[in-house]
Amino acid sequence: MKPRVLQLFAAGMNCDRELRFAWESAGATVQDVHIHALIKSPELLQNADVFSIPGGFTYGDDLGAGRILALEILTHLGAALESFHESGGTIFGPCNGFQVLVKMGLLPGIPGVKASLTWNQTHRFECRWTRLILEKPLGHVLPVGSLLPAPSAHAEGQFVLEHPEDLKVLEEAGVIALRYANAQGQATTAYPDCPNGSLDGIAGLVSPSGRIVGLMPHPERNLSADHLPDRGAGDWGDGTEGIAFFRGLLAPYLAQTPAPSA
Amino acid sequence: MLKASWRVELELTSGRPDPLGNAAREALAARGFRLDSPIQSGRAYLLPGSMTLAEVHEAAEKLLADPVTEQFAIYAPEESHPYGDATLVVRRLAGVADPEAHSTRLSLAFLGYRFPEEEAIETYRTFRVDGPVDAADFLQAGAKALANTTIEEASLASSAVRSHPRPSDIPCQRREVPLLQADDKHLAHISSTMSLALSVEEMKVIQAFYLNEQREPTDVELETLAQTWSEHCKHKTLTGPVHFQRVNSQGVVLEEKHYQNLLKETVFEATQQLSPPWCWSVFKDNAGVIAMTDDIGLAIKVETHNHPSALDPYGGAGTGIGGVIRDILGTGLGARPFAATDVFCVGPKNMPREDLPPGTLHPDRVLSGVIGGVRDYGNRMGIPTVCGTVIRDEGYVANPLVFAGCIGEIPKKYVEKEAFPGDFIVALGGRTGRDGIHGATFSSEALHEDSETVDSTAVQIGDPITEKKVLDVQLIARDEGLFSALTDCGAGGFSSAVGEMGEDLGAVVELSNAPLKYPGLSYWEIWISEAQERMVCAVPPTKLDRLQELCALHDVELTVLGTFEDTGRLVLKWHDEVVGDLPMSFLHGAVPQPVRQATFVQPDLSATAWPSAPNYKSLLQDVLAHPSVVSKEWIVRQYDHEVQGGTVVKPYQGSTGHGPGDGSVIKPRLDLPQGAALGCGIAPRISMIDPYAGAACAIDEAIRNAVAAGGNPHRTAILDNFCWGDCRKPDRLGSLVLAADACYDAAIAYGAPFISGKDSLNNEYRVGDEEVAIPPTLLCTAMAIVEDTAQTVTTPLKNPGNLLVLVGETFGDGGGSVASDFLSLPDSIPPRPNFTTAPACFSAMHEAITLGLVRACHDLCEGGLAVAAAEMTLGSCLGARVDTSKVSADPELCSTAALFSETPTRFLVEVSPSHLDSFQAVFRGQPCFVVGEVLQEAKLFLMDKEKNLATLTYEELATANGVMA
Repeated sequence: MKPRVLQLFAAGMNCDRELRFAWESAGATVQDVHIHALIKSPELLQNADVFSIPGGFTYGDDLGAGRILALEILTHLGAALESFHESGGTIFGPCNGFQVLVKMGLLPGIPGVKASLTWNQTHRFECRWTRLILEKPLGHVLPVGSLLPAPSAHAEGQFVLEHPEDLKVLEEAGVIALRYANAQGQATTAYPDCPNGSLDGIAGLVSPSGRIVGLMPHPERNLSADHLPDRGAGDWGDGTEGIAFFRGLLAPYLAQTPAPSA
Repeated sequence: MLKASWRVELELTSGRPDPLGNAAREALAARGFRLDSPIQSGRAYLLPGSMTLAEVHEAAEKLLADPVTEQFAIYAPEESHPYGDATLVVRRLAGVADPEAHSTRLSLAFLGYRFPEEEAIETYRTFRVDGPVDAADFLQAGAKALANTTIEEASLASSAVRSHPRPSDIPCQRREVPLLQADDKHLAHISSTMSLALSVEEMKVIQAFYLNEQREPTDVELETLAQTWSEHCKHKTLTGPVHFQRVNSQGVVLEEKHYQNLLKETVFEATQQLSPPWCWSVFKDNAGVIAMTDDIGLAIKVETHNHPSALDPYGGAGTGIGGVIRDILGTGLGARPFAATDVFCVGPKNMPREDLPPGTLHPDRVLSGVIGGVRDYGNRMGIPTVCGTVIRDEGYVANPLVFAGCIGEIPKKYVEKEAFPGDFIVALGGRTGRDGIHGATFSSEALHEDSETVDSTAVQIGDPITEKKVLDVQLIARDEGLFSALTDCGAGGFSSAVGEMGEDLGAVVELSNAPLKYPGLSYWEIWISEAQERMVCAVPPTKLDRLQELCALHDVELTVLGTFEDTGRLVLKWHDEVVGDLPMSFLHGAVPQPVRQATFVQPDLSATAWPSAPNYKSLLQDVLAHPSVVSKEWIVRQYDHEVQGGTVVKPYQGSTGHGPGDGSVIKPRLDLPQGAALGCGIAPRISMIDPYAGAACAIDEAIRNAVAAGGNPHRTAILDNFCWGDCRKPDRLGSLVLAADACYDAAIAYGAPFISGKDSLNNEYRVGDEEVAIPPTLLCTAMAIVEDTAQTVTTPLKNPGNLLVLVGETFGDGGGSVASDFLSLPDSIPPRPNFTTAPACFSAMHEAITLGLVRACHDLCEGGLAVAAAEMTLGSCLGARVDTSKVSADPELCSTAALFSETPTRFLVEVSPSHLDSFQAVFRGQPCFVVGEVLQEAKLFLMDKEKNLATLTYEELATANGVMA
């Protein structure tokens, strides 16, 4: 059986098509569910391996990107999602999905550390290709140090901490998953390689369990070589990295696929 | 009596950079109000007075304020504000939509706080001077610099901020307008006082109808006729009879022509003659549709949204894109939007404020406003804006142009639609308010200096998430077969939507069923309101339950307004009383078509006097910085042009991301190889000299862009958008006739049918007695099918050692060219495409691309060869050498013309040496010259044989072109 992805839908979500295509290309089956339907039937989570929260502008980014959907999920599905995660499920959110996970407090999910995603330092929405370097805590998805090229497209992607010195706590807890990198493959906080001015160039986070993953850029928009901005001239990889990333996220469920009964 | 509201005001925590506050300080300084202290920006909420302090505190903490970046202050209903005289409050005027307030209400419910609609929730913005300030001066300057008084009001926080009073429900009764006895003067008076924008001739046709009916019209009947007969909806000028004369500067008549229906005999006629089988729907629906595969079509439409954007650039452009997206949703049984385009024409940069006509917004403010509007609406809809341009010219200062386009994907089986008798008339989406009342008639009249104050209801405020929810529901409902027809509510609102859908049928509408944003609207306002985000569909009675269920899941409001009936009459009711009853035949068939006079005075033009040895380096730098050429990457990067994951050829390209593309290529379906190449062409500077040449160049450019990226010229459809001055004036209409002729000639020559279009023919501005028209502006948008998106091409250079080949002949005609402006040359003969040779050039170019012989390709446009070569280096960080002596077989062509002439139908192509023979074989018999090569060193060398004309480094090119950091 293929890994089963349950993909959330809500008002203002708009990256669901490419994310569904990425999951399917990586070998999963995808079931869509509207937030209002999931609130009525939270047991749908029990039949899923991955809970996927696509990007977009849920509720128009009103009150801060991801804020309203985060509150809605926490209010109605907090417990169901917690038991889904505890029983081995993966929760994944790119872009607005990541904003939701951060505003829910699931990422970085370290008690006492207040984090948020706020307006880019340029204070405007920005869409550009970025490079991500994969950090150790995400080593179960792709080899540590891998470069993952992916378009970024957001206005509120600057990762901030209430107390910047808490960065050490995040390092020690092993939750920093991805950092923005320059063309030489080195982590950077410099614009435009880091498009938003994130603290320490942080582009994505992972829970200590390794199974709640979120990032601002869109690996689901890097699925073939003819999409690359340089048409494969070399700077932006070969168009295979996106699928590899999604296969890495699905790996536990590909491995667990039970042998057909005798 | 309800309690007054709580105020929750949020500011950034201390020490955080505050770009909005800084921008506010700069905007005040630009108005001469300079502050020594910084400004702290804030956002704020009015919450129901029935909440307790503890509840408000909980809402602020859990919902309103960001836990890391913001701090909040709570003020009790009548509490005085500690910084009241130093804090400017900017809030929406009563009745202006406030989508965030709606979201706040919704999310308060997650915390368990639910309020009836009478308990107001509002949002506003604050600007606090962090230091001493004169309150009265601050208010006066701030109101101008920080609020758009068309939709907002400014006050000091020291005066209480109370929620807007809710309008009360005024009982409204059927009202007749006495018309039967009116003379011409009185008819004109009725038309103008009711803002009908109907001419006396039209009013007389209406009067005759009611004389025959032996009764007076009701207000809503006149409003319906005004909407349906408006220039905006009926295109009376373009579809009416025209008498055309071309005269020389001495007044001698050179040519005379008569058109019975200008559009039908030019633009439509070309499509009729071509009628390719791959055109599935032309000029009859909200968008044109062509085949992408055997069973999937592409729908495309480009709209103008000029006058609302002049008053409120942000809201106007946003609702412009929102409207054209609905056109795509309302095509057939619904197409799924997957790409958007935008083109803006605005006044010059840095124009001195004192030079602005009264009542006009500064061009820079207009531009940033319209970009913001397209960005915030398009991004929220999840539709990539991938194609567009910006034109800056003094002619657009008082009347900017905003073009917004949308492309959708539609299965062939959904292209046709038909409402049936008995189908419910169902409205989906947004509620109806006073928004945009008289939008259709307003856009048919000239702007004037009071437009800003008197026409605030003509401005509409967009709510993209409401539209996105409608889109989501509609596509599911389409696939489940839940409606038999649908259309969008655009200009004219319900009146146009129901009127069009029921044109061959008849309809009964109960206007009191319409859900309202606030009470107090009269029935005629409901009928013609242009409130956004609404679709109207015809739903068979058996399908209504399922549609209601779907709408409930997606939180989309559904209302049954009435039924379609086979009576041939449009019947309007208000609480069961008939308030309007018109035969559809009169509504749609009776509009009188006066003969309009058109005159074009042929200017005496001579050949372009190119100087033989200008300073090439500084000329190229100037041209690269010209508003038409300067990098627009800073705009494109604000649009999510990658959303949906199908953007193959991007608007800015290459390893640096700074290389401007020609056409963009988008895949609507990630699982299929096909895509659409989109191009746009616009040449108002040339049209000012020669409207025929300008239109022909625009069409050539649009198709050229699409072909350069990999589009198939034999599967290319085009769209026209005419934006002209007041075409009741013969000189305005004269240039329009020439442009329409060019449209016909070009479409036939290229085999590219027009499939849709939209005109805007009243772009004039009145100051005192003087009426000023915009430059004649034709936007052509091309959509070409790409069979396999792997066979597409970008503009950046790829490999050092490859050759640069110029395809197409270069001529010295440089009238209207960018370089001729910098060289201060007088108007001269402008370029125009050769319709005999151009189609073969496009065919060969496409063949070369599909054979894989092209490594990079850039079309030659503004700034000619020099700019094309410079732009190809910008995306790659490689260099190039170009030899002007090799550009043409004509030895008389000077280097200046070779570099800067803007002859259309040309491409600069990177070809590997091993492919050169094959490439030249494809172009056998056509002009095709090896003019240079790609270099490793990131420099552009302009040569005349061995003589170096100019050398520019990558940094010099990038700086001149204003590329992003």
